[in-house]
Amino acid sequence: MSTDIRIKKGLDIKLVGEADKITTELPISSVHAIKPEDFHGIIPKLIAKEKAQIKAGEALFYSKADERILFPSPISGEVIEIVRGAKRKIVEIKILADKTQQHQDFEKKDTINMSNDEVKTHLLASGCWPFIKQRPYDVIANPNNAPKAIFISGYTSAPLAGDLDYTLKGKEAELQEGITALTKLTTGKVHVSVNLNETLSPFVNLNGIELHKVSGPHPAGNVSTQINKIDPINKGEVVWIVTPQDLVIIGELLLTGKFNAKRIIALTGSQFNTPKYVTALPGAQIKDLVSDNLNSENTRIISGNVLSGNKVSIDGSLGYYDNQITAIPEGDDYEFMGWNKPIFNKVSTSRAFTFSWMFPKKKFDLNTNTNGEHRAFVMTGTFEEVFPLDIFPLQILKSCLYKDLDEMEALGMYEVAPEDFALTEFVCVSKQPHQKIIREGLDLMLKEIG
Amino acid sequence: MGLKSNLHKLKEKYKDTKMAPAFNAIHTFLYLPNETAHNGTHIKVADDLKRTMNTVIMALIPCLIFGMFNAGYQHYLALGEIQRVSGGFFSSEFWTMANFTVGFWKILPLIIVSYVVGLGIEILFATIKKHEVEEGYLVTGMLVPLIVPIDIPLWMLAVAVIFGVVIGKEVFGGTGMNILNPALTIRAFLFFAYPTWMSGDKVWVTGAVERTNEIVAGAKLDVISGETILGSLAQGKEFAYSTWDMFLGFVPGSVGETSTLLILLGGLFLIFTKIGSWRIMLSATLGALAMGLIFNGVVNAGWIGEGSKFYSLMTTPYWHHLLIGGFAFGAVYMATDPVTASQTNKGKWIYGFLIGFISIMIRVFNPAYPEGVMLAILLMNVFAPTIDHYVVQGNVKKRLKRLKVKTT
Repeated sequence: MSTDIRIKKGLDIKLVGEADKITTELPISSVHAIKPEDFHGIIPKLIAKEKAQIKAGEALFYSKADERILFPSPISGEVIEIVRGAKRKIVEIKILADKTQQHQDFEKKDTINMSNDEVKTHLLASGCWPFIKQRPYDVIANPNNAPKAIFISGYTSAPLAGDLDYTLKGKEAELQEGITALTKLTTGKVHVSVNLNETLSPFVNLNGIELHKVSGPHPAGNVSTQINKIDPINKGEVVWIVTPQDLVIIGELLLTGKFNAKRIIALTGSQFNTPKYVTALPGAQIKDLVSDNLNSENTRIISGNVLSGNKVSIDGSLGYYDNQITAIPEGDDYEFMGWNKPIFNKVSTSRAFTFSWMFPKKKFDLNTNTNGEHRAFVMTGTFEEVFPLDIFPLQILKSCLYKDLDEMEALGMYEVAPEDFALTEFVCVSKQPHQKIIREGLDLMLKEIG
Repeated sequence: MGLKSNLHKLKEKYKDTKMAPAFNAIHTFLYLPNETAHNGTHIKVADDLKRTMNTVIMALIPCLIFGMFNAGYQHYLALGEIQRVSGGFFSSEFWTMANFTVGFWKILPLIIVSYVVGLGIEILFATIKKHEVEEGYLVTGMLVPLIVPIDIPLWMLAVAVIFGVVIGKEVFGGTGMNILNPALTIRAFLFFAYPTWMSGDKVWVTGAVERTNEIVAGAKLDVISGETILGSLAQGKEFAYSTWDMFLGFVPGSVGETSTLLILLGGLFLIFTKIGSWRIMLSATLGALAMGLIFNGVVNAGWIGEGSKFYSLMTTPYWHHLLIGGFAFGAVYMATDPVTASQTNKGKWIYGFLIGFISIMIRVFNPAYPEGVMLAILLMNVFAPTIDHYVVQGNVKKRLKRLKVKTT
């Protein structure tokens, strides 16, 4: 059975540099770096010491809060360096890849006959647990909770995001196995949303799911939007979330017993000579992935998409969850009279001598300039136009700023994640950091309420 | 790029000094800063607060220029040197260089005083509080000369601007934090501190006071009333302006408020650019019409006799209220100030409607001063957070109800 969800509010930001549907199989990057920071809110406790030999799937560290949650190495090799920052905080763990990769054997499983506890124990032991995230708070799921439902967004609507129908092609068996495992983890439903117009989605013919067809502008593909329209989260309820490419890893683990985190990454943005897809493992070095394809002069490299990704240097590494690298021009230059001249080459939702509304089909080459300075909130009504959740965006942001926990809860903090405020941050004329405000608000609630 | 790099060097030099906010305020007018996004979204919309504010100023420019011509026109008309307009909006009697010159030299000082004093205080506070100079005053500074009588002494304006910016805005934390519309706070200060300069028949046409003195001294000048239409109506007097005069703006009044036509065009421009809230403008108009209709109805039902002092204002056709006084200007440029208006879309409907409704109510019932827009907007500024509170509570209740349904 499927239901249709139509999103009206939102904004598709059309950018130059969509990936061509060609995938280049790259050799495994020599050094991989795993950053505990990719796992928000986790305090890492090291298992693998420097010089240790590890196999792919073997744990590097565990979570201080729950030692069952293990974080595995995506490759086999030698731990060559543990980079620490202030107060000896672990910044990254660098692993030198072996010539021939060895995988730890977690044994094939007969998923259909496994119990809830068996699935949970297996995912925890094999290091697949970090792929399951939870709402509220947008953090790695707490294995002690019972989620009321599990949500998978089967398509992406973020700017230049890779096409999941393309990257997941041929992975139906893994996806089905992963879904079967997820159905064991919840007494509720496993909801999968796909784009209304995409009939090729590998999800369409899977069993055990509640299929939803979504249409509309970004953030229609964001899982929060779908949760809000399908089965909104109430106080005291928990839902879990898995992204499709991570579900494939879980599926492959159950089918073969191997932890294989290899995924297809989209190289996107105007600074790539040929935007396309490549294969990579999480933590791979950016320079190995982009090689000579990138115009690196004055370029912002982002692990993820332009709205919620993280800034990385060419010597940095791919984020653990990311399946996209975006490269756009830096905008660190002054623009003469830039605040009042007519503007044709930038996106705007207003028509205040900005003319992007005249070219709805045009693809823009935006840079990282903020186009103005940080100010107090002044304009009203602009956020609502790009925010489809049944929540007051300005009011919830302000409640986070003045840290009123009761009000944050009443306004719907349990339902949101930072990425839901990416578009409001994009359109904000006061250039306020919405995603950071929401992240800090969620962290405060997690600490105070739990 | 000589200028660009020199300014950049200066900016680096002044960084973290007391001079930085003042320098940056000027620098950012010349060049959009070289700031880049770091975390969060890596790209941003083209608009910033300066562009937003600038759009409102652009929408005000036609009213300003018309106000300059009108100042001269009313002046010469009062002197009896020219005839009334006869050829519609583009009448040759109106658009003369002589008219413009009179208005220009009367109004330019108002603009200069408004901006110099207002921005001076903004920069002072920014320096003390060590933040960037925010753009809020750009619009306020242009609104102020447009909503005062033309002959207002400059020192009075300066005092009022100081009061308005400090008490109306800075004590709350500056742009974005104020409760009352700063421009209206300035006007309200003038109104209550110097009432004789803000109402009556001596202030709306430049040179009226001198002229009266000359007449008293025995000069043979035509006595043409310098009263606003509302002033005449409040006293039950006849006035010589046609409906077209009111709509086009060839009437005495505050500098920028007279031409309903240009205000309407400015309003449409603000709606088109998505800077002004159409919800507020439309609902304020509806509110004013509703109150006007009620008053007309009261008269038609015979509940009020010709002897009543409210009779002539109550019998004014309901739609005339949109054309006379400062209603149109207030609804388009003042009520829509996003900081002091309701912030929720539903709230904007209620807020705007009540502004229109109460404006006309005060206009008719106020015995001392026959205009209510200023007070209505200030009153609703105070109530806007309350309106928003109830709108937001609606959303909160929906969420709680959802939870209750689940648990039972």
